[in-house]
Amino acid sequence: MHDVSAFPLEISGTPTPMVSFRKVTKSYGTLTVLDELDLDIAAGEMVSIIGPSGSGKTTVLRMLMTLEQINGGVIYVDGQPLTHMPKNGTLVPASQKHLRKRRADIGMCFQHFNLFPHMTALENCMEGPVQVLGLSKKEARERSEELLEMVGMIGKKDQHPSRLSGGQQQRVAIARALAMRPKVMLFDEVTSALDPEVIGEVTNVIRKLVSEHNLTMLMVTHQMGFARDISDRVCFFYGGKIEEQGPPAELFGNPKKERTQQFLSAVKEAV
Amino acid sequence: MNLSDFVIQYWPRLLSGTGITLAQFLLAAALGIAISLCMGLMKLSHNSIVRGAAVTYIEIFRGTSLVVQLYWIFFVLPLFGLTIEKFTAGYLAVGMNIGAYGAELVRGGILSVPKGQWEAALAINMSPAQRMRRIILPQALVNMLPPWGNLMIELLKGTALVSLISVADLMFEARQINASTFLSAQVFGAALVIYYILARFMVTPFMRWLERYMARKLGRA
Amino acid sequence: MFDWKWDFTWEILPRLIQATGNTLIAALAGYAIAVVLGLGLALAQRTPYRPVTLIVREFVEFIRSTPLILQIFFVFYVGPQFGIRLSPWASGMIAIGLHYSCYLSEVYRGGIESVAKGQWEAATALNMTTAQKYRRVIIPQAIPPALAGMGNYLVGIFKDTPMLSVIGVAELIHTANAIGSENYRYLEPYTMVGIIFLAISLPAAGLIRLFEAHVRRKLGL
Repeated sequence: MHDVSAFPLEISGTPTPMVSFRKVTKSYGTLTVLDELDLDIAAGEMVSIIGPSGSGKTTVLRMLMTLEQINGGVIYVDGQPLTHMPKNGTLVPASQKHLRKRRADIGMCFQHFNLFPHMTALENCMEGPVQVLGLSKKEARERSEELLEMVGMIGKKDQHPSRLSGGQQQRVAIARALAMRPKVMLFDEVTSALDPEVIGEVTNVIRKLVSEHNLTMLMVTHQMGFARDISDRVCFFYGGKIEEQGPPAELFGNPKKERTQQFLSAVKEAV
Repeated sequence: MNLSDFVIQYWPRLLSGTGITLAQFLLAAALGIAISLCMGLMKLSHNSIVRGAAVTYIEIFRGTSLVVQLYWIFFVLPLFGLTIEKFTAGYLAVGMNIGAYGAELVRGGILSVPKGQWEAALAINMSPAQRMRRIILPQALVNMLPPWGNLMIELLKGTALVSLISVADLMFEARQINASTFLSAQVFGAALVIYYILARFMVTPFMRWLERYMARKLGRA
Repeated sequence: MFDWKWDFTWEILPRLIQATGNTLIAALAGYAIAVVLGLGLALAQRTPYRPVTLIVREFVEFIRSTPLILQIFFVFYVGPQFGIRLSPWASGMIAIGLHYSCYLSEVYRGGIESVAKGQWEAATALNMTTAQKYRRVIIPQAIPPALAGMGNYLVGIFKDTPMLSVIGVAELIHTANAIGSENYRYLEPYTMVGIIFLAISLPAAGLIRLFEAHVRRKLGL
């Protein structure tokens, strides 16, 4: 395992970043997907990640959700280490127990929704609160119905996922993630698997989240217009590194780096 | 003596044999399902000792014959001080044998659940046990039910071998009647028809019903 | 093990090896019958004559859902009732060959159904007769996907040969029974039989997988 002794046991600062990647490296065999990534996300900030495929965008979210193990560096969430834990005054790789505790701060929505097919929309949302948080069925139901209402799916709460369209499934998936009351929400290409005409119903839900809730959000997307509209900051990934980042108006309106310009003009042509 | 006269005269013995066959079937099925689940999960374990134990069990029971296993359990185990009554030895052998085949079905069923389901369950912070029990197994069960239907027929047929250690099942009664009457066509014919009815009109329809029922629970109907 | 006698084991080994030869002959002969007969049953289920198709289909179901051991008894004992005397070997081969031909017919059917519809149309476009279509176009393509199933049933037939002991075919279990009752020792013969089965069926299963991969590669699949 790599040396993490140089990393602090916890991070502070005013304000403390909600998410902090410190020199995070991820590789598969000899292929380096992320190369010493440094990225801070403030509480309540909405950050979008764009970039060509294979640039490591999705990997950032998957590491934060602890779906992938990192090969170097440390990830902190809300000031506490996520991928590691303090032991005898130094950081050691996190145990399963530590991961489970820290994971509670993070929620994720997937490209292919990944709803549980054997449960109705409502049961999907109640599963985590009842089984993991230990809420009573009644409390979990109230919480879930409120969220399904918010995403506009209350009318279909007793349907199984197989009866729902892609856009509807994704909205249920957002409600399911929110039912766990995470501090950080991750959206992994949540509109990529959708038919064009239903993309709006999902993006509208995310817009609503941004305007009405003070969640920290990290989103990987191919929809430049959407990223431009709602993000506080946009990061352009290239070759496992952040090539350029900044407020959307700046990054989209006046990109400094050549690669960013190339990417943005290529995307524009494709539309 | 034609078949109907024959059945009228010997039906009590055929009936009691059928009863024993069904009892052997149900007990072996319960044992086989429990073993399948256990060995199937163990074969997917990250621990190589646990996995090795499952592989050994599965290979031994699938690599040798049920007849051999039956004889071994009934004739050899007593030499180690473990005497098992023949009725018990019967369903024990059949259930353990089917369990080895079922373990592969359980393993395949679990592996057939998309990776995204594991990830979604982890994203709502479920423990590994919760993920398996609440998310993966219910879906795996639906995926593996069709091959289980075939396995249940094999199990029913397998119970006929318990007659070899003198458990008085349908097969055993048929042999006894044949030995005393030499009405071979009638007695073996009747037994064949009874097995066929059990398989085709009881076991198979039940498994089909279970498939439909589980599919409905999954909202796939 | 506490009571294992090596000298006894060595003493009985030659008899067991000889019996292994008989077991292998029985398995291969039964399999040869099943491979040919199974193809007939598969093709018979594809004739345009609905009654033939239905009768063959139900016959296959019947054989598949009733125990092989009962079928062995049936073939062996029913013949003499009608003046036909069959040796244990002949009855055993008929029963086991017939039983497995029904399983193989399902494997063939799956293989034939896996051939793309366009292949039939292309063969028709070349103005081939039905026999030519099957022989030249369809069956060559149906065999590779059927190979795994065919291999499994070869191992399956091998593991079912102990059932032939009930009508006196001197295969492994029959010999082990004889040794056991002559010497009042069952531990060594039954254990050795189990080991022999493992020693043959495990490598056989591996070889079949290799062979299947080889054929697939050769055909560019």
